[in-house]
Amino acid sequence: MSDDADAGWDDRPTQADRGAQREGLAGPEPTDRPRPSGRRSKQGVRIDPEAEASHPARRTTISALVKHEPGVLAEVAGLVSRRQFDIDSLTVGPTTNPETARMTLTIEEPEPGVRQVEKQLEKLVPVISVRELGRDAVRRELAVLKVHDDRPAAVESVVEMFDGEVLDAQPGTVTVEVTGSSSEVDRAVEAFQRFGVRELTRTGTGALARGTEWTTDAEADRYERQASSTTGTTNSATDRRTTTTAPETPTDDD
Amino acid sequence: MSERAHPAPPEEGTEPERHDRTELSDEQPTEPAPPATGADAAIAALTAAGVEHVFGVQGGAIMPVYDALAEADDGPTHLTMAHEQAAAHAADAYGQVTGEPGVCMATSGPGATNLITGIADADMDSDPVVALTGQVPTEFLGNDAFQETDTVGVTRPITKENYFAGDADRIGATVSEAVELAGAGRPGPTLVDLPKDASTTETAAGPEPGRLPTYYDVPDRADESAIEAAAAAFEAAERPLVLAGGGVVKAEASEELRAFVNEADVPVVTTMPGIGTVPEDDERCLSWAGMHGTGAANMAVSHTDCLFAVGTRFDDRLTGGVETFAPDATVIHADIDAAEISKNVEADHALVGDAAAVIEQMHDAMATGSSDGSETDTGSDRHAAWREQCREWQDDYPMTYAAPEDEPLKPQFVVEAADAATPDDAVVTAGVGQHQMWAAQYWTFRHPRSWVASHGLGTMGYGLPAAIGAKLAAPDREVVCFEGDGSFLMTLQELSVAARENLDVTVIVLNNEAIGMVRQWQDAFFEGRHTASEYGWVPEFAAIAEAFGAKGFTLETYDEVADTLEAAFAHDGPSVVDARIDPRENVYPMVESGGDNSGFALAEDQL
Repeated sequence: MSDDADAGWDDRPTQADRGAQREGLAGPEPTDRPRPSGRRSKQGVRIDPEAEASHPARRTTISALVKHEPGVLAEVAGLVSRRQFDIDSLTVGPTTNPETARMTLTIEEPEPGVRQVEKQLEKLVPVISVRELGRDAVRRELAVLKVHDDRPAAVESVVEMFDGEVLDAQPGTVTVEVTGSSSEVDRAVEAFQRFGVRELTRTGTGALARGTEWTTDAEADRYERQASSTTGTTNSATDRRTTTTAPETPTDDD
Repeated sequence: MSERAHPAPPEEGTEPERHDRTELSDEQPTEPAPPATGADAAIAALTAAGVEHVFGVQGGAIMPVYDALAEADDGPTHLTMAHEQAAAHAADAYGQVTGEPGVCMATSGPGATNLITGIADADMDSDPVVALTGQVPTEFLGNDAFQETDTVGVTRPITKENYFAGDADRIGATVSEAVELAGAGRPGPTLVDLPKDASTTETAAGPEPGRLPTYYDVPDRADESAIEAAAAAFEAAERPLVLAGGGVVKAEASEELRAFVNEADVPVVTTMPGIGTVPEDDERCLSWAGMHGTGAANMAVSHTDCLFAVGTRFDDRLTGGVETFAPDATVIHADIDAAEISKNVEADHALVGDAAAVIEQMHDAMATGSSDGSETDTGSDRHAAWREQCREWQDDYPMTYAAPEDEPLKPQFVVEAADAATPDDAVVTAGVGQHQMWAAQYWTFRHPRSWVASHGLGTMGYGLPAAIGAKLAAPDREVVCFEGDGSFLMTLQELSVAARENLDVTVIVLNNEAIGMVRQWQDAFFEGRHTASEYGWVPEFAAIAEAFGAKGFTLETYDEVADTLEAAFAHDGPSVVDARIDPRENVYPMVESGGDNSGFALAEDQL
């Protein structure tokens, strides 16, 4: 049963006193109220009200170890597009473990955005582990360019300059491959422009953490598990033999 | 509407004969008999998970699953709805009232697409829902076969996880996982798409109750050092405030929350989904904050210097513009979903964990935290001025309304009268619009799981199917559904279900012959041009109710209110009260979209 126990609600009308109601809601108008003095940025971060806060965007690389199953790429791509993340590239490929795949995302976001990308990815059920890579991570990109061959010697010297490789030479065109950091590949493409780039294809960035550091935490875990369960073999970080853990269950890999 | 059965009889030539169920699988769950087909495995998984009710609509591709449901001993009871959208809403409300996943079923193509609004609704409100959808046989996939839709693709952005179960041997495990995952951690909807060939193929593989995906973590207790820092910040605050969201309901943490608020002796506000987590007539409760929240709640969130927010995602309807939301506050944000931390409002203290566990941890940390050992010396007196300020705001901004005799019926009066005429533990469901806001503002809620509404998605027509789901979840509780005329028109075909099953639900239509919330915005922001918001003519809802086999009432004057509502509640079966309310009445207080919560308008001229 309703009762009027609580102060502030004790003006509730009953049928008896209905006619005696005040004219609707009462109280000080918006202009007569105390207002808080602080302020937040658009990202919800408290700021000095005098200063205009902005979080500069920064470019960074995020590595995600995911289950190797159909639909994961669509799930990640859908997440990126619907949450309006500013993404430069997304690459996917297998790992040494047939159950997993690695996705590498290069993004350009302000600090809160970077954290959101990480956390939203981590939240997806088929995503195993997510990490933002340090500035020293190894990052590589591949470009394949088809250029006019009017000046073959000049093309050759540019290929050499960028440690590239000629993949195909036919009357009229030379197709070359260049790998490197994203900016190196940018410079290479720029350099080949002088011959006229007929066609170009580029992969996104693939990246791994440098040295003995694991790229994601899950790999560290798996490595530890494997080390402790393998009898008689000493695993060191420099051991180049890649052993894979057998899948627990048959996978539905396509 | 398309037909739901294949024009030709099901023609899978490979249809296996039904076998006697004697084959034992090696991992035998408790109850169900060993399954014979993929469909049997799906139903066995529901049974093993303790599912009691399923809401759905039949159709060609889902027929084997229905057949398995009919054949199952101790399987769930099925309620046939009139439209699949209503099946999803009913399952959603069932999940909200019981805390257990609600299950809905539909066939492929249009059946599955009709579920989508309900699935999206559950996704936005983090309600545990499991959808089983039929699918065309795998050999036809991608061929644009009859009633084929890429259900897994279409529902990917609105499910917590979805599954294509194309292998009969995996169906049991997949459905088990879908049910478990829907309720685990932050709840949400899951979907299993069942192609007809897989559901009719023989299998000995049964369900795997309790199964979760390999890498799925369910946080429980928050990091202890984060708790200590947060507790210290909360204790040091001069104007501490607790904000309770829907996550408190889902974590069954109302008891812990109430104890914490009483012990700390601090004011508390809720979000709209958090309604009922603290009794609204409790002296510390300022009711709910946000666009149409109370003046006191919005003043408190604007002026607090330390906000302990539990299980809320800081939706824009709550915060207004984030630039002005709790701008002086240190924010302590407790949530089971780490991705919600600092998504909309930066958290100074992030407590990732289960709401009940985190509140307990905060409680303990504060009890032991005071350095001189004198426990609550810090709290009570130091916050006296702040508590007094909040009480003053309650007095300054009472939720009153004018109800003169010579004007049409006021909706607020109808809500209060219905509240007065029903037991304390009634369940209130609502559609979306002005009527929903009046119900939330003028009904006094004292218990969690008693306010069942569509918050995040704002789905018109949610109320009646939700009332049906709520009634099955809580057959002994009075179920009251508030609808608007516009909202009610979207799902009123479900009256046929309520009448057929003789479900005792009372629908109160706050009828102002308009999409009232849109009209209110048109008055405020579109110079009063009422484009497509006024009907000019609405059907006789009482007569519609009678035609469907329910009881119909019309309510036009104050003098009829008490008697009419009493008759409607007394009727043992579904009833509809068409309350003709004042079309000029609008919903206030109101914080303008993206505005400052402390600048709420009390009337249109203040916007």
